[in-house]
Amino acid sequence: MSEWWTYEPSNFLLFAPRTYYRLIEQYHAAIWPAQLVALVVGIAILALAHGEWRWRGRAIAAILAVCWAWVALAFHFQRYATINWAATWFAAAFMLEALLLIAVGVIGDRLRFAATSDPIAHAGLALVLLGLFVQPLLGPLAGRNWSQAEIFGITPDPTAVVTLGLLLRASRPVDARLALIPLSWCAVGGAFLWTMRSPETALVLGAGLVGLLALAVRRPRGSG
Amino acid sequence: MLSGAVSRRAILRSLTALTVSALLRPPAAAAVQGPLLVRPVPSTGEMLPVVGLGSWVTFNVGNDRVARDACTDVMRNFFAAGGRLVDSSPMYGSSQEVIGYGLERLGKPAALFAADKVWTSPGSRGPAQMEQSREHWKVARFDLLQVHNLLAWPEHLPTLFAMKAAGQVRYVGITTSEGRRHAEFEQIMRQQPLDFVQLTYNVLDREAEVRLLPLAHERGIAVIVNRPFRQGALIRQVSRHPLPAFAVEIDCANWAQLLLKFIVAHPAVTCAIPATSSVAHVRENMGAAFGRLPDDGMRRRIASHVEKL
Repeated sequence: MSEWWTYEPSNFLLFAPRTYYRLIEQYHAAIWPAQLVALVVGIAILALAHGEWRWRGRAIAAILAVCWAWVALAFHFQRYATINWAATWFAAAFMLEALLLIAVGVIGDRLRFAATSDPIAHAGLALVLLGLFVQPLLGPLAGRNWSQAEIFGITPDPTAVVTLGLLLRASRPVDARLALIPLSWCAVGGAFLWTMRSPETALVLGAGLVGLLALAVRRPRGSG
Repeated sequence: MLSGAVSRRAILRSLTALTVSALLRPPAAAAVQGPLLVRPVPSTGEMLPVVGLGSWVTFNVGNDRVARDACTDVMRNFFAAGGRLVDSSPMYGSSQEVIGYGLERLGKPAALFAADKVWTSPGSRGPAQMEQSREHWKVARFDLLQVHNLLAWPEHLPTLFAMKAAGQVRYVGITTSEGRRHAEFEQIMRQQPLDFVQLTYNVLDREAEVRLLPLAHERGIAVIVNRPFRQGALIRQVSRHPLPAFAVEIDCANWAQLLLKFIVAHPAVTCAIPATSSVAHVRENMGAAFGRLPDDGMRRRIASHVEKL
């Protein structure tokens, strides 16, 4: 792209905000009641992360992999791609994250959780709670219809925020490859939200920033 | 003078061309507003209304049936008011398919002047992309194909000229937006037998007045103007202020018409292509294709007024 410095984020917004949120509304209507399942799954992840089961890391990785694969296919590929040609690339990235979660977390058993007083783990828990319970409320509180809410496991932004939070909450060291795509999505998705003047902008960009800083300062020191 | 290289004689010639358009006017609009303002495409003399319809962002509504029908309504009102030129690009998401959807429901209006673009690299992918675009529009052929933002233009232009020679497209052009690559754009305008160029020009973005618009006039190239309202930002900015009293002197009832008439009154401009998904707005926009146009002094007055807002 020539003269790239003359481009602004708005130059890459191919659709009107109302078109994007209408798309989410129709998506929600088509998959109902999958949203309730996603909410239960989110709560189950929270319980798993704070439980004592030996296999919980693998279970969380498997659940996250299913969520990322679902968003890749049902949201990005089937729906978002109808208004944004870049969404096929987003679908590929989300599917890659699903495969990484299976390879690293399920097969490799390298996503582990344990009780901790680490402040970064607390920050991770805060991101999980924000992504699960606060992010769906922001749009409706700002005047959007409830049927246009962003939900973990259903739409990409809260899925990335919750995943990033879980990676911070997990025992050290965390495989940095797992964080690359969620961090990138916080930047890309946050830029789209900012261009659309969406109320979720600060949360998504902030989550990406917190995740980046936390992973940068965190030094491997073994599990627990 | 806003564009020093364009003579008063040229302005008079263009205004004369505008007044011979009564035959093309739609009866309903003509009864209220007088003759539809049109400009000739220099390479053939074919007349085009001075206001067209863009589709960037506004027509990219995906498979949303309600929104597609709303876009169809916009097109219905556009054609009913005498509009002809509809512009799109493969870069604009689902806009081409939405246009095709609307055209089919409107019975494929005979007045349509279909303008699209080729936007792919390498150039070898151009023919397949243009064929796909044609299928999206559901038209037999495009009237105008343009190289979008000069992407791979050395490869696309020979293809487009060959298509024109074979009768597969009527006109060939190139596009740029927001003032990008004007030096290269000018070189191509000097060297290639273009029918059309498309560029950004509005009351605040007037760089094209310096070289490109005079050059288009000199070389007989039609000019399509994109981003007449800076993608709506300019309208939002000026709408906070009252419409100046002098607007009535050029038959403008709203800001959209004043800003559009500033553009289309430039003697080198063939038409402006504001994009909208609102029936009310397309009606307002089409209102700029009727009534009196500003002369050079009035254009200066409009520019000065808007700059101070």
